[in-house]
Amino acid sequence: MQDELNTPPAKLHIDGVSKSFTSKRGKVPALESATLTVDEGEFVCLVGPSGCGKSTLLNLVAGLEAPDTGSVMMDGKRVTGPGSQRMVMFQEHALFPWLDVLGNVIFGLKLKPGLNDKERVEVAHYYLKLVGLERVMRASIHELSGGMRQRVALARALAPNPRVLLMDEPFAALDAMTREQLYADIQRINQARQRTVLFVTHNVREAVCLGNRVILFSPNPGRIREQFVVDLPRPRDINDPALAGLAGEITRALKGHTRVQSAE
Amino acid sequence: MKRFFIALTFFASLILIWHLLVKTGIWSPVLLPGPGAVGEYLGVALQDGSLLSASWVTIKRLLAGYLIGCLIGLPLGLMTARSQTLNDTLGVLALGLQTLPSVCWVPLALIWFGQSESAMLFVVIMGTLWSVLISVDNGVRNLPPIYTRAALTMGSSGFHTLRHVILPASMPYVISGMKQGWAFAWRSLMAAEIYVTLLTGYGLGHLLHFGRELNAMDQVAAVMIVIVVIGLLADKVLFSPWERFLHRRWGLNG
Repeated sequence: MQDELNTPPAKLHIDGVSKSFTSKRGKVPALESATLTVDEGEFVCLVGPSGCGKSTLLNLVAGLEAPDTGSVMMDGKRVTGPGSQRMVMFQEHALFPWLDVLGNVIFGLKLKPGLNDKERVEVAHYYLKLVGLERVMRASIHELSGGMRQRVALARALAPNPRVLLMDEPFAALDAMTREQLYADIQRINQARQRTVLFVTHNVREAVCLGNRVILFSPNPGRIREQFVVDLPRPRDINDPALAGLAGEITRALKGHTRVQSAE
Repeated sequence: MKRFFIALTFFASLILIWHLLVKTGIWSPVLLPGPGAVGEYLGVALQDGSLLSASWVTIKRLLAGYLIGCLIGLPLGLMTARSQTLNDTLGVLALGLQTLPSVCWVPLALIWFGQSESAMLFVVIMGTLWSVLISVDNGVRNLPPIYTRAALTMGSSGFHTLRHVILPASMPYVISGMKQGWAFAWRSLMAAEIYVTLLTGYGLGHLLHFGRELNAMDQVAAVMIVIVVIGLLADKVLFSPWERFLHRRWGLNG
């Protein structure tokens, strides 16, 4: 158990990655020569309007898609397919309705060798407690609120102890109150168990609240434009004026990129 | 408890109305004997064992054919859902054959297998197979792709994904398909038994058929009631537990 909780976070290196999709109207470039390095334990937010390739980049890092050109490396090793070292949290919770809360968290643990059933239950309990859901372990997914579902999804993603956590707009479908609670939770959890995180969002304030770094994307085709380092003290409050000020600055930069883009 | 009494009152009044219709002579007892006569037949047939042995013969045939039909239909449905070629060939064939009323298999079964248990089995399998195949295919096809993607990122692949994600995720469809398959199997077996007399065992359909030939309306009515009761029991025993599970987990009204 102790050993399980102590694998170090990984370093990501994304080098000149492009990806296009074939649609009825021909090839649509989704992401063009993206290069990005994410340090061990860094929390990086990818921000941009729809169609800017930020989710595509996340899927490439997850190994759910393969890049057309360029490479995605984790600790110097090329990513060739999905693996439990890089867990994904989706916008829709993607929890399995045929399993209860505990069963969902254990699902990924069952695919991890070197654990017996008792240890799996222990690990699942630990993470459900971490997200504050130890009391609904036996509940069905449909009985939970949207915020609780995303907490279960977070526990499920954390439980196999991935070295990288990939989050694709995980809070977009939640109400503001629930989101704010989850911002606090995410920061608390990440402080206790630091991981390398890539977090996709189109909410600039959310990005500034959570990230060590914010990467701006622009659409058509998706490109990385600019980056901002956020060195506000933690834990951060989304309503903090300093945070709002920086978010405003980033939003202006984002608008600039999008406008330049549409004028071209 | 209240619901039980409402149901009880409903069926009791149904029998009472039936009794009155016969008693007052509005219905001729030759065309439809009263509940007393039908009950009397049921009592006698239960005591001499003919009803129980006929029910047992029928249920054995049904279960064997249904089980085989499900065992073939389930993997085939999984395959047609995942292979375009199989879907364009086997899938279309299944869709076509599913629209064929299963009683239409009886003449063919008789020519192929003669008046034998195999003919019965064949008809029941044909009744089950296609609707199970099509529902499994539907279930797998309508699966939200996010389930398999999520499973993939957790390190699941191949047979593990099939067994632990695709099958359970398509369960609502599979259960309703198996229920439909059961209904079709039941209907086709009754048709086959009425149509074909087998020396290897008289089923409920045969009792119904003999009742007609002997003009014994009490027998006909009694056997029909038994058929309905078996159908109801099967529904409660075979499918209700699954539907309760679906309701609890998915929050569906199954």
